[in-house]
Amino acid sequence: MTPRLYLLQRGTAFVMVPLVITHLVVIMIAVHGGLSAEEILARTRGSAAWAIFYSVFVFAASIHAGIGMQAIAHEWFGLGQRAAAIAGHIFILFLLSLGLRAVFGVYGL
Amino acid sequence: MSSSPDNLLQVKIWRGCADGAYEDYVVPQQDNQTVLDVVTYIQRNLDAALAYRFACRVGVCGSCAMTVNGRPRWTCRTHVSRVAKNGMLEIAPLQNLPVIRDLVTDMTPFFEKWQEARGRFVPGEGPKDTLARVPPEQKERAAASAAIECINCGVCYSACDVVAWRDDYLGPAALNRAWAAYNDVRDGDRVGVLKAVSTGTGCNNCHTHQSCAEHCPVALNPTFSIAGLKRATLKASVKGELSK
Ligand code: SF4
Ligand code: SF4
Ligand code: FES
Repeated sequence: MTPRLYLLQRGTAFVMVPLVITHLVVIMIAVHGGLSAEEILARTRGSAAWAIFYSVFVFAASIHAGIGMQAIAHEWFGLGQRAAAIAGHIFILFLLSLGLRAVFGVYGL
Repeated sequence: MSSSPDNLLQVKIWRGCADGAYEDYVVPQQDNQTVLDVVTYIQRNLDAALAYRFACRVGVCGSCAMTVNGRPRWTCRTHVSRVAKNGMLEIAPLQNLPVIRDLVTDMTPFFEKWQEARGRFVPGEGPKDTLARVPPEQKERAAASAAIECINCGVCYSACDVVAWRDDYLGPAALNRAWAAYNDVRDGDRVGVLKAVSTGTGCNNCHTHQSCAEHCPVALNPTFSIAGLKRATLKASVKGELSK
């Protein structure tokens, strides 16, 4: 791993800390408050703030996990450096597609 | 020497190369006996063909490291009483290094990585007769002092999972030395150390397991040194110094 990848991985972890906490706290308050899924979606639909919040979340998580998977592919599954990097990128795209699809759902596109 | 079973050690020793096997020996137990004493007893009394390495017998040279009951140790300072399990010892060569024969490994890759990590002094430009002043309380001096007493035994290298997973990883000992070299303020090319350790095989591959620090017989902490290198390479990389 190079310092650039290291920075990206630590940076994305750093970005995720407040996002994860906010996500969990908001979900817990909402559920405790007795809101149903529809009522929650009614509040997030059309909200640019939540769309941006979760988009940043999805990008950070995908990049973070992709770099981790690249290391695992190289160290555990014996893929060469290049093959592991390609596998890592494919994994990033996979997570991005899943995550952004969810964001579109929350925003209501 | 008594021959009662209580006073006998059952010893398994690795014989042959990578595809060798364990052989059994019975060795009389003695007070204050070290694992190296056991191996020497076998070589002198039971099997003269047994190959192993040692030099100083007092924990200075770093040549006697072996795997004892599954863990890498300096055998000349490891007392049998501390590591034997029910009177049994299993002694193998160090892991993560090619086996030459029996308990002797080929340390070439280990030392080549010290060179690769630039774990050596590069003189600066100053005139040869000026004496550098390095106050003992200086931050760099303290960091170098904490890392410098390595005896090159290879125990940490043998204990590191990342070395086992990817044989091109520079490993704890070479990186620990690079950290000492980087903190030598008299060095003429300190950024050169950071360049050497920030490649794809360098310090950022460390998983911070601390297995190296746990096993180092002289209580060094390569994990800490590597963390220092990670910070220093990160700063240098952000400043663009690594690509110059
Ligand atoms: S802390 Fe790093 S160098 Fe030490 S054993 Fe773990 S991975 Fe290897
Ligand atoms: S750091 Fe410790 S374990 Fe590693 S080679 Fe040096 S003395 Fe041996
Ligand atoms: S023989 Fe020198 S350190 Fe063990």
